[in-house]
This record gives sequence, structure tokens and C-alpha cells, in this order.
Amino acid sequence: MSLKIVVLAKQVPDTRNVGPDAMTAEGTVNRAALPAVFNPDDLNALEQALILKDKFPGSTITVITMGLPKASAIIREALFRGADKGYVITDRPLGGADTLATSYTLAQAIKKIGEVDIILGGRQAIDGDTAQVGPQIAEKLGLTQVTYAEEILSLDEATKKIVIKRHIDGGVETVEAQFPLVITVNGSAAPCRPANAKRIMAYKRAAIPEWNAQDIECDPKQIGKAGSPTNVKAVKNIVFKAKESRTLTGSDEDINGLIVELLDEKIIG
Amino acid sequence: MNNVFVYCEIEGTTVKDVALELLTKGRKLANTLGVQLECIIAGSGLDGVENQVMKYGVDKVHIFDAEGLFPYTTNPHTSLVVNLFKEEQPQICLLGATVIGRDLGPRVSSALFSGLTADCTELEIGDFDMKVKNEDGELVTKHYEQQLYQIRPAFGGNIVATIVNPEHRPQMATVREGVMKKEVLDENYKGEVIRHDVAKYVPETEYVVKVLDRHVEEAKHNLKGAPIVVAGGYGMGSKEGFDLLFQLAKELHAEVGASRAAVDAGWVDNDRQIGQTGVTVRPKVYIACGISGQIQHIAGMQDSGIIISVNCDPDAPINTIADYVITGTVEEVLPKLIKYYKQNNK
Repeated sequence: MSLKIVVLAKQVPDTRNVGPDAMTAEGTVNRAALPAVFNPDDLNALEQALILKDKFPGSTITVITMGLPKASAIIREALFRGADKGYVITDRPLGGADTLATSYTLAQAIKKIGEVDIILGGRQAIDGDTAQVGPQIAEKLGLTQVTYAEEILSLDEATKKIVIKRHIDGGVETVEAQFPLVITVNGSAAPCRPANAKRIMAYKRAAIPEWNAQDIECDPKQIGKAGSPTNVKAVKNIVFKAKESRTLTGSDEDINGLIVELLDEKIIG
Repeated sequence: MNNVFVYCEIEGTTVKDVALELLTKGRKLANTLGVQLECIIAGSGLDGVENQVMKYGVDKVHIFDAEGLFPYTTNPHTSLVVNLFKEEQPQICLLGATVIGRDLGPRVSSALFSGLTADCTELEIGDFDMKVKNEDGELVTKHYEQQLYQIRPAFGGNIVATIVNPEHRPQMATVREGVMKKEVLDENYKGEVIRHDVAKYVPETEYVVKVLDRHVEEAKHNLKGAPIVVAGGYGMGSKEGFDLLFQLAKELHAEVGASRAAVDAGWVDNDRQIGQTGVTVRPKVYIACGISGQIQHIAGMQDSGIIISVNCDPDAPINTIADYVITGTVEEVLPKLIKYYKQNNK
């Protein structure tokens, strides 16, 4: 038996690659200086899929992402690294979606793929850190979930049992579940293997198929802004109330003076 | 009906601090709304567990006590919360932004079609006006009273977003441990205790995940309770740079914290991350070394007593909230702090 695996991925601004240009003079993020990248945790999820494919030859890995058409770049990257196919779910009415509308849309896409055994995704995306979409998809599909996964320890095709090591607060846990299920993978799990030269040649110019809302039979009420219970009421720029601060240099005199002052006032002891 | 609910996470049979903090906040929200505060505790062997929470001002404790509910697994807990909420129709539900809260919250929100905001740093009650189309397709303003303002730093600089969910209930939010303060309301507070028949809420078929093995360790450090915190950011430059911080911390009997950038760079363990998606601290003294001070970081340390910033950039945002700004490189300043502390503290 081979497995049918779906990997959920997201294209995000690279908040980790903070160079000197990352912030503007006004203290906002300089988006132009932050390239769009494959969400890091999703790469760890892809690696878990590839490990399963190594163990169970004939398995297929389909990567799906919702976003702008340019998100095809991460599908292509997944193909370079070993995925079999991928779709960009892109459509104007899908815009403005919160996590719930996003999870509905992705769940519809998974239904279209059909009879999936394992759905893998990163634990969270670095542009929102919510970690909500994975569990919300699982609920929509009526599947169980294992979040914060570190490693798939074993998978038995006959009994459909899967054993997974996961992180919990202050520790680790090993759980046994049955597939089909949704697994979200930590950034500390095994890193994703690099792109393969042959695959780059094969997929460099491959067309990445797109699905719109109709293709995956979305209910218009459950997508985009309409399908999002959360509304942003206000976005406020924070101006910190400046404290009266003392400015010192790194000179011996200044540092010595500070330490003496803090000790005298029993601020440090 | 329409009350404020807190899902109380437990370890063994002990209610976690984050839940007690949320009960304190939930009590205040319930008072503002003129409704009751209720909570859910689910686990095994929970006799007397209500005594841990009642004094925070809980009007109704819902206890689900059955084999298989501890350790936590997703489906049974989702099932009991969703089925209870269908009966009780809460207007607000708060959960810890813990591994459990972040596993359970999205499931419940997905099942009930309600909005969930992660990692809130403030929760308030207020009104909300939204432009909606009326039957004739005209844009009109719809007024919603007493909504839950879910406030959290947003991606993209020094920006704080206020989120509301006007059309859907419950309004759900997760909050990290340490963000809200826990305060006993009344040692003798008397609320109602309801011990539910678990089988009525959780079908046998929901016990699908087995926990084979589980290790929980006490935290290796006491970052939350430390009177002095020495924190390093991307400006520390390397893992070796952090050794210097650990030396300074050892001298000062302080704990070492870090900004997200330093954690992402792999220089320090992620359980030392301070900020919106890490630990919130309120030490007597906070020494920020090579930390520029993004809003997400400041959200986790702004209530510190004395803030000292060591940064080679005199315009680093963190300097605006610092009591002492030392303009210099960490390589230069930290050894001097160690040297003069040793010299003067005798």
C-alpha cells in the first residue's frame, strides 16, 4: 500500500532574515527588504512527508497553498525538493480570510484531492503565529489531529496505526493515533532536504495548476471576508511613552558609576 | 446563558497558573458585562478540584471527571467543550495560549464557527461600529455593544491590532501564561459545582488517540519569577556572545532571557524567549543587551521595574522605554558590567 499525503504550505514574508534594512526609519517592517519564502515550519512538514514516501514507495505528496498566484514559487520549491504535485488556490473572493475561512478553503481543496491518508502542515506560520489552521482543518474534515509533532516514529499500513513523538508544555509525549489524520510539525523537527538538481531541471518551467473557489466547490458564505468571524476593529501605531532616561557611554567611568548607583539604591544586590 | 467561560487546563489534578490568571481576567470581564463567570475542568480524579478555582470568583464550575480525560487528548476535550457550549451559549471563552489551548481552541472555534484570536496581550470590553449592507444594498453602520476587544501586537512593526467578532459567539481568545495577573477575589467565594455525566458529552468513539508515554519536567530556569533578567537579542552576534550574558547573569543572580531573533538564530533555547509569543516577565531589573525592541518583545517586558538597555544604536526603539541607556557594543559593555559589579559588591 502506498500513502496519499497532502502537505499544507504558506508563502510568508521572511521575518527571520532580519538584516540592517529590515526596519524602516519609522520603525515599521520594510516589506521590500523581506523576501517571500516557504514558511519554515511547512518545510519541516514536507520533510516528514518525504520520509514517509521513502519508507512507503509509491506514495504521493501533493502540496497545496492558498495565496496570490506568485505563491506558485513555493509549490515549485516543494517539487524541487521531492513533492509530486501541487496546486495554488487563488481567487479574488478568497482574500481577507482569517484562519477559519482559510481552513474551510483548504479543507475543500483536500476534499477535492480525496481519500487522503495523512495531512501534514507546519505548526504555525511566522507571519501570524496562530497555529490555528491545522486544527481547524481537522475539525472541518472530521479527522483527529496531532499537533506539535517532532517525529513520526512508526506507521503500520495494515492497522492504520501511526505513532508520533510530540512536544507538550515542559516535556514530550508519544501518542498513537489512526490515520487518516492531520499532523502539524514543529520547526525543531528534521530539516527539509535540499532541492534535487534533476528535479530542478524537470520542474523549472512546469506549469503550476491553479484552483479557484468554484473549482473546489466553496460556499461563498464561508470564504474570504464573509467567512471570517474576526474583524480588525483598529490598528494602532504604538508610540511608547518615553521615560526620562539617562544616557551613558560604555566608558569605564560611566559603567562603574552605574553599578555603584544601582548597588547603593539596592536595586541590585 | 451568555456568560464568560474559562477552559482550565490541568497538570495531573492541579489547575495551571495560566487558568487562574484567566479566571482573574474573566471575573473582571464578567463584572463589566454584568454576567457570571463559569469554568470547565476536565480530567481524572478531580475530587475537590473546585477549591482551587472558586476563590477567583467563579460562579459555576463544570467538572468532567472520567478515565481517559487526562492526559489531554484532542477529541474528547473538543467534544465536551463543544457540546457544553451548545447548551450554555457563552459569549466569551478564554483559553491559555499553551500547547493544549492552541490544540483545543481552533478545534472548538471551527466546530462552532466562531472567531479565535491567538496570543492576546490585553482584553477589554467596548462597542464596535461596522459598515454592513442593508436589504437594499446600501452601506449602513451597525452598532454592536459590549464586544470583547482582543488586543494583540500584529506583524509589521510597532502595531497593535484590536480584533472583534461581532456576529459570532463565543468570542474566543488565547492568552499566554504570565500576561494577565492572578489575584484571589475572595477566599470564601461560593459558586455552584456541576459534575457532568461525561458519557453524555463525549461519545466512546472520540477516545481515538492513546498517550503511550509522557515526560514533563520542571522548568530548568525561573525566568518568570526572577528579580533580575538579563536578556540578549540579535545584537549579541553569536552563541558565544550569549556566554557573556550567562556570566553576567551568574554574577547578578539573574536569569537569562532572549528576544525572538536570538532564539530563531539558534543561540539560546526557545523556552527563554521573552515577548508576545514567549514568556512575559516583570522583574525588578531588566537588562536588554543588543535588543532593538520590537513591539512583540516589549509586550513581554514593559512592566519591568528598572530597564537598562545596552545597544550600539542610540536610536534603538527599546531605548525609549529604558531608564538607563548605555550606548556601546555588548562586547565592550558586558565585561565592564561584570568587572565593576565584582569590584563594588563586597
